[in-house]
Amino acid sequence: MSELVLNHLLGLQGIEPSKIYTILDTADEFLKVLDRPIPKVPPLRGITVANIFFEPSTRTKISFELAEKRLSADVVSFSKSGSSVSKGETLLDTVRNIEAMKIDVVVIRHHAQGAPLFLTERIKSAVINAGDGSHEHPTQALLDMMTIRGHTGGFEGLKVVVLGDIAHSRVARSNIHGLKAVGADVMVCGPSTLIPRDIEALGVKISTDVDEALDWCDVINVMRLQLERQNQGYIPSLREYQRTFGITKARLDRIGRKIVVLHPGPMNRGVEIDSNVADAPGSVILQQVTHGVAIRMAVLFLISGKERTDA
Amino acid sequence: MQERLKHSIIDAAGMKRTLTRMAVQILEENEGTENLVLIGIHTRGVPIANRLSKIISTLEKGKTVKQGILDISLYRDDYKTAAKMAEVRATEIDFDINNCNVVLVDDVLYTGRTARSAIHGIFDFGRPATIQLAVFIDRGHREMPIQGDFVGRSIKTSPGEEVRVRVKEIDGVDEVVLVEEYDDDERGEK
Repeated sequence: MSELVLNHLLGLQGIEPSKIYTILDTADEFLKVLDRPIPKVPPLRGITVANIFFEPSTRTKISFELAEKRLSADVVSFSKSGSSVSKGETLLDTVRNIEAMKIDVVVIRHHAQGAPLFLTERIKSAVINAGDGSHEHPTQALLDMMTIRGHTGGFEGLKVVVLGDIAHSRVARSNIHGLKAVGADVMVCGPSTLIPRDIEALGVKISTDVDEALDWCDVINVMRLQLERQNQGYIPSLREYQRTFGITKARLDRIGRKIVVLHPGPMNRGVEIDSNVADAPGSVILQQVTHGVAIRMAVLFLISGKERTDA
Repeated sequence: MQERLKHSIIDAAGMKRTLTRMAVQILEENEGTENLVLIGIHTRGVPIANRLSKIISTLEKGKTVKQGILDISLYRDDYKTAAKMAEVRATEIDFDINNCNVVLVDDVLYTGRTARSAIHGIFDFGRPATIQLAVFIDRGHREMPIQGDFVGRSIKTSPGEEVRVRVKEIDGVDEVVLVEEYDDDERGEK
């Protein structure tokens, strides 16, 4: 039984499918807790969680904080601006100091790939990766999977397209690892400049034609286009990107059947996704945000259980 | 750990009679089914609550009792030290419990910690008028100031023993037995 408990959550690469299902099933129950008259439960009483964000984030940080508070944890949050990091303190020193304050769980977002792993080797707290460089963003992928499962019923043989900037997207990478682990069929689609050459090794299909991808899939997960990419020569212009890869109502109408459209946010409306798709009745994009709180509650709950068991 | 049967406590017919008596007591105490709510505690409290509800419905000429399910794993006091992973199971209370008479239903009352957790859980759904406790077996050894309001059978046990309430819905058989746990290397001793 205890092998299902997580020590840390660094990424979805190599994760056992049973762990994914445990997290998703637990999150389904926490989703119901969020609908209760008093949407707060006590299991993390006495546990202190530090949210350490070296990169800007609104939704992920608020989502983690809310999840922690809904589980009755004590929460300290820390952002790069206004902290000693701007005075030149190293990551390890910052985190050691935080650990000296007896923190049980560290939620970290960092621009460097592998920063969360680096921490697990050096501090005793449990570590949750809230996004490390272009490596992984496991809780985002898990909440995407929760939303997908809610709308399709399961993953086996399900056809999912991850669209957009695959090369720089940790969300794309975590989605691929997670979805492949539970038996979904994954295709990546985007401009060839933004699809890494080695991506085939992950067992995904590749397409550079979004209409072809739409014809094939049951679910499409639209990645955010980082706007600075157009100045780096990856795409000719945002306008051309929109014309070639943007998810528009016309494109969806053409395929003549319903597919699930996800977007991790924040959206560039009129670039990778049109407003009349994002705001359409039945759009699941805001549902993803709600699911994010439930997924993070599940991960925190499962990780804290392990921590306490060892104590 | 293995377990061996010590003796049988109640058989299927006995369980039926006891449940009927408990249902009557619940109705008597609450003066009917108005504002009455039965909440089954996972796992075997759920089928027992179902049966009590069916008997009550028959006794009260078809009136139905509101029923819910409560999982107490989020309210455990031993989450810190529990060796096994806490598994969160479904809680279903899809109605307003404010001002209701809530009867918590469980199979065995032992330390009282489950009942304590369940009372805590109920308050996250509102403020009931009363909370009562119905248990099929009270085996003693309380660690909390808690008692059953409706008790199927009180039995004397020692801490090394376990009471197994088995129900058709889950175990395929209706019976209550007393078993004794022993380590593998003790096998053959008896």
